[in-house]
Amino acid sequence: MEQGTVRVKRGLAEMLKGGVIMDVTTAAQAKIAEEAGAVAVMALERVPADIRREGGVARMADPARIEEIKAAVTIPVMAKARIGHFVEAQILEALGVDYVDESEVLTPADEEHHIDKWQFTVPFVCGARDLGEALRRIGEGAAMIRTKGEAGTGNVVEAVRHMRSMTNEIRRLQTLGGDQLMAAARELRAPYELVREVAETGRLPVVNFAAGGIATPADAALMMQLGCDGVFVGSGIFKSDDPAPRAAAIVAATTYFRDPAVLARVSQGLGTPMAGLEIGRIPPAEMLQTRGR
Amino acid sequence: MTVRAGVLALQGDFREHAAALSAAGATPVLVRTAADLDGLAALVVPGGESTTMGALAERFGLVAPLREAIGGGLPTLGTCAGLIFLARATTGPRPQVQLGVLDAVVERNAFGRQVDSFETDLRVAGWAEPLRAVFIRAPRVERTGEGVEVLAAMDGHPVMVRQDKVLGTAFHPELTGDRRVHTLLLEMAGER
Repeated sequence: MEQGTVRVKRGLAEMLKGGVIMDVTTAAQAKIAEEAGAVAVMALERVPADIRREGGVARMADPARIEEIKAAVTIPVMAKARIGHFVEAQILEALGVDYVDESEVLTPADEEHHIDKWQFTVPFVCGARDLGEALRRIGEGAAMIRTKGEAGTGNVVEAVRHMRSMTNEIRRLQTLGGDQLMAAARELRAPYELVREVAETGRLPVVNFAAGGIATPADAALMMQLGCDGVFVGSGIFKSDDPAPRAAAIVAATTYFRDPAVLARVSQGLGTPMAGLEIGRIPPAEMLQTRGR
Repeated sequence: MTVRAGVLALQGDFREHAAALSAAGATPVLVRTAADLDGLAALVVPGGESTTMGALAERFGLVAPLREAIGGGLPTLGTCAGLIFLARATTGPRPQVQLGVLDAVVERNAFGRQVDSFETDLRVAGWAEPLRAVFIRAPRVERTGEGVEVLAAMDGHPVMVRQDKVLGTAFHPELTGDRRVHTLLLEMAGER
């Protein structure tokens, strides 16, 4: 019997496909998420919109909080560790969380290095803005990728940019000859073997979700139509004025993303979404997506 | 002519099942509405999250049509969450939407959390070679009714069962290159 194999780690992400992973800060929110049809919850101290507003150093959640959330639901529980903070990841693994998100939403602990994710039995998801970044994280052992987007803004524009960038770069690799792949790997600053694999298969070797700024059922369906495998919703649910119906509507939109009649029906009467932020008004130093490359 | 085999595509790894069915010689059809069930020779309920699948099936009116089709003899394979969805009940305290077309009570996450997930070589009744089986936050069968045949077990707990035309596995045959489980489903469709 083998545990923590690549197949077992990537396999859980395969099972989450077509689903919505929701940020929660309490056991009560986790139950609302599960009942709405979330495939997993992300256990956090503060949702990204609050981290953005309140500032300060954002760290791994209190283990007691994570235990409460684990006890409240039967679906997988994920939790965030700071970029490069391998001890937070060790603690999360010891707590038995099902996935660790090495996340730019928290304050980075290491500005040069990410966690060596091959050393862990627990699988990792990491954010990426383009193909090179995604392949560097996979090279470090990430078993799942998500767009970074710009978390806590309720503005989907950055997630769209990141997904389109990945898709375009994958298409470009497919047009190259074998003799051009080493130069492409150097340009992407990505491991050659992974570049070669993507050129051959036309897709990332792991599941790729959308994250960062998704606030409505239409946002979720947009990211699915752009080719994402599923959706993370951070502040978008519990910063809206009526979380349960919005959560259920985003779940429905992620399954029926190609059916505008269903999207029209589930988008009705959801109340006010989170307010949202224009990206151009965020000072460069407060951008989360540029943390960890 | 190849047979049309459906894959319930509400959530989960339905693409992997569709690819496995193609490799086993069928034409896969993604099922998201009751109308998609028309003309199928077999059906797969994939891995995923059983609570999500149940909530969506209920909200979009698929529970009764699925019960009718599978109860009416449509050969069906459920893997992991799919096994839970086909079964009569779970051992958990909270009820969830289940089809009840397989007379079995299932314990969810019976092997533990993701850090306890594993792969292993599994002995299957009547098969000469072991099957590489991937268990991810996997369930197992705790009780079976009459007419449920246990095809494989781990530590005395069934992990692959068959009741007439309904086949359930706690593991994920779609995640390996071995197509024997999907071939068995298509053989069951051929006997119809």
